Amino acid sequence: MKLNTLTLAQAIEKLKKKEISLSELYSDIQLAMEKNKDLNVYLKVDEDAVKKAHKKENEMLAGVPIAVKDNFLTVGLPTTAASNVLKGFMPPYESTVTKKIQDAGGVVIGKTNMDAWAHGSSTETSDFGLTKNPRDPKRLPGGSSGGSAAAVAANMCIAAIGSETAGSIRQPAAWCGVVGLKPTYGRISRTGVVAMGSSLDCPGPMGKTVEDCALLLNVIAGKDIYDATTADIPVPDFTKNLKKGAKGMRIGICYMNYPGIVGTPMAEAVTRAGKIFESLGAVVDQVSLSMSVSDHFKSNTIIAPNYAIGVYTIVQRAEVSSNLARYDGIRYGNDRSFLGEEAKRRIMLGTFALSKGYADKYYLRAQQIRSLYIQNFRELFKQYDLLISLSSPGVALPIGASAESPMFGELQDLLLEPSSLAGLPGISVPCFRDPSAETDLYLGLNIMANHWQEEKMLQAAYAFEQNTEWNSWIKK
Amino acid sequence: MNTYEPIIGLEIHVELATKSKMFCGCKNDPFFASDPNIYTCPVCLGMPGGLPVPNKKAVEWCILLGLALNCRIAPESKFDRKNYFYPDLPKGYQITQYDQPFATLGKLGNIRIRRVHMEEDTGKLIHATVDGKRVSLIDFNRSGVPLVEIVTEPDFRTVEEVDSFLKKLQQIIRYLAISGADMEKGSMRLEPSISLRRVGDTKLPDYRVEIKNINSFRFVKKTLEAEIERQQNPKERYQATRRYDEKTGTTLLMRAKEEAEDYRYFPEPDIPPMRFEKKYVGKLKSTLPELPDAKKDRFIKTYNLNEQDSILLVETKVFADYFEECIKVTPKIGLVNEISAKKIANWLINKRPDIETVLPVQFIEEIRNAVTVVELSSEEITGAINSVIETKKQAVEDYRNGKEQALMFLLGQVIKELKGKGDKQIIIELLRKELKK
Repeated sequence: MKLNTLTLAQAIEKLKKKEISLSELYSDIQLAMEKNKDLNVYLKVDEDAVKKAHKKENEMLAGVPIAVKDNFLTVGLPTTAASNVLKGFMPPYESTVTKKIQDAGGVVIGKTNMDAWAHGSSTETSDFGLTKNPRDPKRLPGGSSGGSAAAVAANMCIAAIGSETAGSIRQPAAWCGVVGLKPTYGRISRTGVVAMGSSLDCPGPMGKTVEDCALLLNVIAGKDIYDATTADIPVPDFTKNLKKGAKGMRIGICYMNYPGIVGTPMAEAVTRAGKIFESLGAVVDQVSLSMSVSDHFKSNTIIAPNYAIGVYTIVQRAEVSSNLARYDGIRYGNDRSFLGEEAKRRIMLGTFALSKGYADKYYLRAQQIRSLYIQNFRELFKQYDLLISLSSPGVALPIGASAESPMFGELQDLLLEPSSLAGLPGISVPCFRDPSAETDLYLGLNIMANHWQEEKMLQAAYAFEQNTEWNSWIKK
Repeated sequence: MNTYEPIIGLEIHVELATKSKMFCGCKNDPFFASDPNIYTCPVCLGMPGGLPVPNKKAVEWCILLGLALNCRIAPESKFDRKNYFYPDLPKGYQITQYDQPFATLGKLGNIRIRRVHMEEDTGKLIHATVDGKRVSLIDFNRSGVPLVEIVTEPDFRTVEEVDSFLKKLQQIIRYLAISGADMEKGSMRLEPSISLRRVGDTKLPDYRVEIKNINSFRFVKKTLEAEIERQQNPKERYQATRRYDEKTGTTLLMRAKEEAEDYRYFPEPDIPPMRFEKKYVGKLKSTLPELPDAKKDRFIKTYNLNEQDSILLVETKVFADYFEECIKVTPKIGLVNEISAKKIANWLINKRPDIETVLPVQFIEEIRNAVTVVELSSEEITGAINSVIETKKQAVEDYRNGKEQALMFLLGQVIKELKGKGDKQIIIELLRKELKK
């Protein structure tokens, strides 16, 4: 058995019991990296990883290799956010997330490819070449955490870290057939993460199984005194109630009647997922869809996601235009002529949306609608424990797809944007494999919970995963 | 022919003297740093991933200043980003407050305070020649230092009003011990806006000239006078930013503004909004020290001082405290009748003791010693002695017969006669002299 195919939980257990050695594990990972070189998953691999791992044998994570998206600052490993502007940038400090992983005995094995500055949902916009989907190299891995999702899918790491603004963990997780968790905004520190949309950015774990995500979340969650937006809310042991099942949970299925989804095989997959939850003892029904934001106060109605695209685009571009201002090339990195097309587009749009005379029309209006979405979810969670939908409207698209539309990302992340605007947690678990395709193409089921309810969300996701056939790492 | 009057409003920046910077843990000590860029970190250098965490003390001090200026404290507030490019601004935006400043609608004297808000200072650009090349260097020691901005309404009509307002503001800030408020060091910076208006008009003029670079208290009046003079020429009355030039004592044009710059303000997403409960504000208010005006009034009432002396005594808090310390120790050394508050005030104002080294009790002794000599002439003392000699014949005789204790009895009688005034040593000396006669 190839040790690189072990899940995080298995790897830790086997290492602790000395059933396997770190050297064997790292050598199998190394082989997978060589075999999959063409996928262009890593921007940088730490050559000393195995040496570092040996020093951590007795710690909680036992020295396992974790892949980290290249927008997390790592001392000793260049951090570029896949942009030429930061090419060769050596961070002077460590991100809180990677520090926590290392403190818990994990090793950052390498930095994964992504859409430049996390601007995208394809990993095609990386300044260092696109990443291919390990399930089908003719297709995209999704993004922006496409490298991390691909690293997990191709067993080039044991687990990974990604970051999500709206969909950047869950959509590539769905496309690569892995599990990706976006926590509640403020659950995980953003310190040392290259900022994209500051009011939306969330680091999160990506893994082979729900349990692996829970394990990693245990390590990286919590208040950080260096990030004022992290909440001082107790972090439970997310693995504790993991196996308690979904019995009695009230689950609402969302967006089934949305144009483009209604009546498709994708909708069928979600319906099936609902049935599975029902068979597990959950109470499942369909949430009505309203095309009007003025229905935000109804606890059995969800507002259509299309307005969220506008809101999200404006808020995120505005923040981007400001967040990228520091990359002026004066003190570090290259100057602004090194920015790619997408970054320039976002800076221009954000600058425009904040300009005098337009801020009221765009930015302030967007914030108003954002608060309607927030109220809508507050109402919905009075009636439901969890909401489910697709993580992405479809399966992985062919290479080149993102160039077709400057709004490519927004369309792929459509179903996730409303909940991201509300800061809600969500997890994507594989829920369907397209049997008609020649290769493995997955759909992801997005399970959303109310703020700080990751535990419940993980519990349901675990039950679903254990009772379905879609996850290839789960032996039933 | 003075048909135009100046309309002046002020924008004042004050660097707070907190231990650490506004949004990071770096030391806040830009003036005394031994080298450039020693008090820096990823946050105040604008490195990727650095996030601002507000300094609670600075927020508290800003609100305290707002309270001292009789402002209304916002129940809800937030920070905003002001976006602009300049090499001394490492993030490409300044964290400041836009539409929800901590404090608004205050008043100091007759001058209305529009707002008091919190922001961060920038780094410092130094233009130098290094190895024969003209270069611009950036020192980030000052980057992220907490800065309070105070904006007044355009309520000033004379240069003198500006001068006395600034002095009063500086005094209050120093009373609160939140900043040195030193214009020469740059911990207090002034940007006045001036325009001229026809006397009798009520609408504000449609232009204003903002003046930067006034680096000393000494230049405030000079600058304003020069600018008012310049604007006497109607052609000079247009929207502009000018700077004070020390060499010529005039203002020079920096830029003529067509319209206001667009800073694309938006709420700082890295810092959650803040809420200030009434209870919290009330608690802060209760920590406000007695401010100069109130102290002055109390001095007048309690110690029966005149206005002028009281103003001088309350000039600094330490001086006023020293005065009251002196008052307190006076009865302890049994001099409550001899040395009045009025006397202590006079002595303090005229002698200006080094209050760091001279203890109040020492200062009171000093007054006593000097006062007794000054106040009683030897004639007065001799007069009293002679009247005692006249009446206490038995004791006089006893003394002359060698009874030393009789002298002490006579001394007591003389002191009684003098109503406790006078220096004992001098009285004894004179008494012996008279008894020998």
